[in-house]
Amino acid sequence: MNIVQVLERLGHTVDYPEAQTCCGQPAFNSGFWDEARAVAERQIAIFQDAEIVVIASGSCGAMVKVFYPELFHGHPRETEARALAAKTFEFSDFLVNRLGVLDVGARFPGRATFHDGCHGLRELGLKNPPRQLLQHVRGLELVEMKEAETCCGFGGTFAVKFPMISTAMGEVKCASIAETGAEFVISNDSSCLMQIRGVLERQGKSVKTLHLAEVLAQT
Amino acid sequence: MNVHAKTFNEAARHQTADLRQRDWIQKALAGYYAKRDEFKNRFQSWSGARDTAAAVKWEAVNHLDRYLDEFASRLEARGTRVFWAPDAQAVRDYVVGVARQHQVRSIIKSKSMTAEEIHLNDTLEQAGFEVVESDLGEYIVQLRHEPPYHLVFPAMHLTRQQISDLFQDRLGSESTDNPEHLTMIARRVMRRKYCEADMGISGANFAIAETGMISITENEGNARLTTSLPKVHVAIVGIEKVLPKLSDLALFLPMLATAGAGQPITCYNTLYGGPRQPGEPDGPEEFHVVLLDNRRTELLADAEQRDALHCIRCGACLNVCPIFKNIGGHSYGTTYQGPIGSVITPHLRGLQDWKHLSQASSLCGACTETCPVKINLHHHLLHNRRNAIQARPARFEKLVQTGFVFMMRRPRLYEWAAGIGRILQPLQRLVQGTVLDPLRAWTKTRSFPPLAEKSFRELWRKRKKL
Amino acid sequence: MTNREIILGRIREALKIAAPYPTFHDSATTTSPLPASPQSWLPPVGETLEEQIQLFRRNAEDLKAGFRECTNANEAGQYIKELALAGGWKKIGRHSGELTDPVARELGLPEVRTDGGYAVNDLESCDAGLTECEALVAQTGSVLVSAPSAGGRALSVLPPHHVVLARRSQMVPDLTVALQRVQEKFKDNFPSFLSFISGPSRTGDIERILVLGAHGPKKLTILLLP
Repeated sequence: MNIVQVLERLGHTVDYPEAQTCCGQPAFNSGFWDEARAVAERQIAIFQDAEIVVIASGSCGAMVKVFYPELFHGHPRETEARALAAKTFEFSDFLVNRLGVLDVGARFPGRATFHDGCHGLRELGLKNPPRQLLQHVRGLELVEMKEAETCCGFGGTFAVKFPMISTAMGEVKCASIAETGAEFVISNDSSCLMQIRGVLERQGKSVKTLHLAEVLAQT
Repeated sequence: MNVHAKTFNEAARHQTADLRQRDWIQKALAGYYAKRDEFKNRFQSWSGARDTAAAVKWEAVNHLDRYLDEFASRLEARGTRVFWAPDAQAVRDYVVGVARQHQVRSIIKSKSMTAEEIHLNDTLEQAGFEVVESDLGEYIVQLRHEPPYHLVFPAMHLTRQQISDLFQDRLGSESTDNPEHLTMIARRVMRRKYCEADMGISGANFAIAETGMISITENEGNARLTTSLPKVHVAIVGIEKVLPKLSDLALFLPMLATAGAGQPITCYNTLYGGPRQPGEPDGPEEFHVVLLDNRRTELLADAEQRDALHCIRCGACLNVCPIFKNIGGHSYGTTYQGPIGSVITPHLRGLQDWKHLSQASSLCGACTETCPVKINLHHHLLHNRRNAIQARPARFEKLVQTGFVFMMRRPRLYEWAAGIGRILQPLQRLVQGTVLDPLRAWTKTRSFPPLAEKSFRELWRKRKKL
Repeated sequence: MTNREIILGRIREALKIAAPYPTFHDSATTTSPLPASPQSWLPPVGETLEEQIQLFRRNAEDLKAGFRECTNANEAGQYIKELALAGGWKKIGRHSGELTDPVARELGLPEVRTDGGYAVNDLESCDAGLTECEALVAQTGSVLVSAPSAGGRALSVLPPHHVVLARRSQMVPDLTVALQRVQEKFKDNFPSFLSFISGPSRTGDIERILVLGAHGPKKLTILLLP
C-alpha cells in the first residue's frame, strides 16, 4: 500500500489486478522450470494490457526483467515475456530512472542503514536509486554499513534447505548493521527484510526493519 | 540424499557453528579486498580488461581443437614429450611410468590443482616414491594430511601457532610464533629437496598455443626450482588452459594477480618451452607435458555452460562468496571449492552426486560480478539445478512444486490459503522450534514475522469502495 | 585411435554446438570489435624513457627490490662491492657476459660460473647470483630473464641475493612490448626458459603475512647502466 500511496502522491493512476499471485521464482530457483513457466504464463497474461508494471521487490523484479526472457527462450510466449520484462520496473528504478524523481516529499527522522538486496543490486544494477531517494527523505540520517552488498542469506528456498549457512550469513549482515549504530535497516526486498528481522529478533536487537516504500510513504 | 550431500551438510553445519573459524576467514580476506581494489583501480579500465579477457578465452575454448593441436605440435618440435590423457587413470599410469623409467626416488612438486584433482600424490606414494610439496601452503597441508583449503591459499585456515606446532611435531623444529622463522624452516627443508630430487612435477596456469609454452605463476620461487634442477620435469595441464597468443599474457598475468591475490603482478611468471636446449647450462633433460581431459570435454559439450572452462583459477570467486566464507574450503569435499567448484564439479564428477553444491547458494551473484573472465557463474548454478531436476525429479519436491503451481494459478485459492495461514499462525507459535513446527527449518535460528493483519488485497478492496 | 585422436574427437564433437559470443550488455565499454592490444585497459605507462624509468623505480620499491641507476660500470662494481661486504658474501654465482665480466673481476670473489654447466651443490652454497637480463618492464617493475641472458634457470633463483645488470636501452614500457621484443629476437628458436621476476621471492601463506625469501632470493637488486 505504501507504493500505491507514493505513486498516487506523484500523480499516477495505480491499478492492482487481483488475479495476480506469484512471479514463479520459487519454482524457477529450485530447477522446476516447467512449473515456473506455468505460473509465469498466468502473470504475463494478467499484465498484458498494463502500461507499466511496478514491483515492490528486487527479487521479483529480477525474475520478471532478467529471467522471464531466459525462461521463455524458444517458447511460443517468448515475445510476450520479453514485452512484460521491458515494461516492468522495481519501485526505486521506476521513480529514479523512469520518472526522474528523487524527492517524493517524504519525512522520516532517524538513523538508518541500507541493505542492498542481491537481485536488485546485481541483476537489476540498482545501487544508487534507493540511496538517492533516501537522501531526500527529511530527517533521515543514512549511514553505510561495511557489508551493505553482502548477501543476507535468504536466497529463497536456500533459507530452509541450508538453514545453518543462511543463518550464518544473516549473522554477518546483522553484525555489520550493529556496527553502524543505526536504529533502522532499510531494503527494497521484503524477503531480505524477513531474514534480517528474523535474526535481529532472535539476537534481541532493537534495530527495526523497514521497506524502502514504507519510508518513502511517510510524510 | 546421497553420501556426498550428507557429508557436505554435516561439514557445513560444523563449520558455521565455529564462530572463531568464520571470523578468522573474514579477517584473512579483509586485506585482499583492499589490495584488490587498489590495483583494479590502477587499470585504465578494469571493465574493459574483463571484456577482452572474456573474448580471448571464448576464442581459445571455442576453437580448442585447433589451439591444442598447435600447442602440442610446437612443444614436440622443441623436444617436449606430449601425453594426451583422456582421464585421471591415464595420467597416473603415465607419471608412474616415467618415474619408474628414470629410477626416480624422490619427487618434488609445485602447486597443481590438476594433480590434486586426479589424486596423483597418493598414487605416487603408493608406488613407493617420496613426494614433497614445495609450495609453503601446500607443504603445510600435506604434513597435516589435509586437502588444500582454498585453491590459491591452501593453508589460510591455520594460525601461526598451529603451523609451529605442526613443524615441531613433524620436523622437530623449535616452537616459534614468527612467520618469517616458520617460513625459513620450510625453506631449509626444501632446498635439500630441490637439489636432490630426481623429478619435478608442476601444473601450469596457461598453455600458449602460438609459441608452444606453458606459463607458471607463483610468488615463492618453488616452481622455478622444481623445474630447474631435477632431471625430469612433468607438467600436468588441463586442456582448457589454452591461450591463443603469447601477447595474451600481457593482459592475463596482471589480471590473475589482481583478482586472485590483490597483487599488481605475481612474483614469478615463467615460460617453459622445452627441455634444456643446446647451449643452455641447466634445465631438465626431459620435459613432459600431460594434457588432461578428465571430463572437461563433457563440460565443453554443454554450450550453455561452456564458459565455465574459461576459468583461469584465480580464486576471486571464492574470496567474495558468502557461502565459502562461512563454511570454509574443506566443507565442499572437492578439489575445486567455492562458486567455480559448485558449477564444474557436477560436470566433472556427476550431476546427481554433486548437485547439492549448486543448490547450496543464495545466488547472490557476487561471484559473477568479480570473475575476471566474466563467467556467468551464479546463473550456471541455476542451470545445474534445472538439469538435475530434468534428469531425475525428486518425488517429494515435485509434489510440492506441483502444489505450488496449482495454487498460484488460482488467485482465490492463494488468498484463501493466506487467510488460513493467518488463523493458524498463533498455533504455529505454540509449537515453534519443536518437531511439530512446520517452519522448523526457519524458526530454529530465526524468528518468523507475524503475517499482516489485513492482506494487501483486503486493503485494496476497502480503498476501492471509498 | 590414439589418445590424441580421442580427445580431439571429443572436442570437435562438443564444439558442433556453438556457444554465444560474450555480449557486453553490462559493461562500460561497447566498443566492438575490442581493441587489438590490452594496452588501453592496463595501467598507464609514461611516454618517455625517463618517465618509464621513474615508474620502474617506484614499482621496484613497492616490490621491495633494490634499484639503482649507475653512471658507469665502475660505479656499479663499487656498489656491488658494498653489497658483498654488507652481506658477507664469500662466493658468488654468475655467467659470462659483457656486463657481468668486469663487475665480477672487480669483486674478486670466488665464483661459480654456470656457462658450461655446474654442480648444483656449488651453486646452492653461493651467497649471490649475478646476471644480466632480456629486459626491464616499467609497468610492473619486472626483470625479464632467459636462459641465455641470465646463465640458465637456477642462477637467478637459487642463491639468496639476485643482482641484475641491465642497460637503459633494455627498459621497455610494458609486458606487451616485452613479449613483442622477445618474439622478434628469438623468432621460432626460443630459449626453453623465460621468466618475469617481480621482486624478491615472497609468501603470504602464514596468516596472510608477507614474508620475503620464501624459496627464491630474499633480496633482489637491479642496477641500471647507461
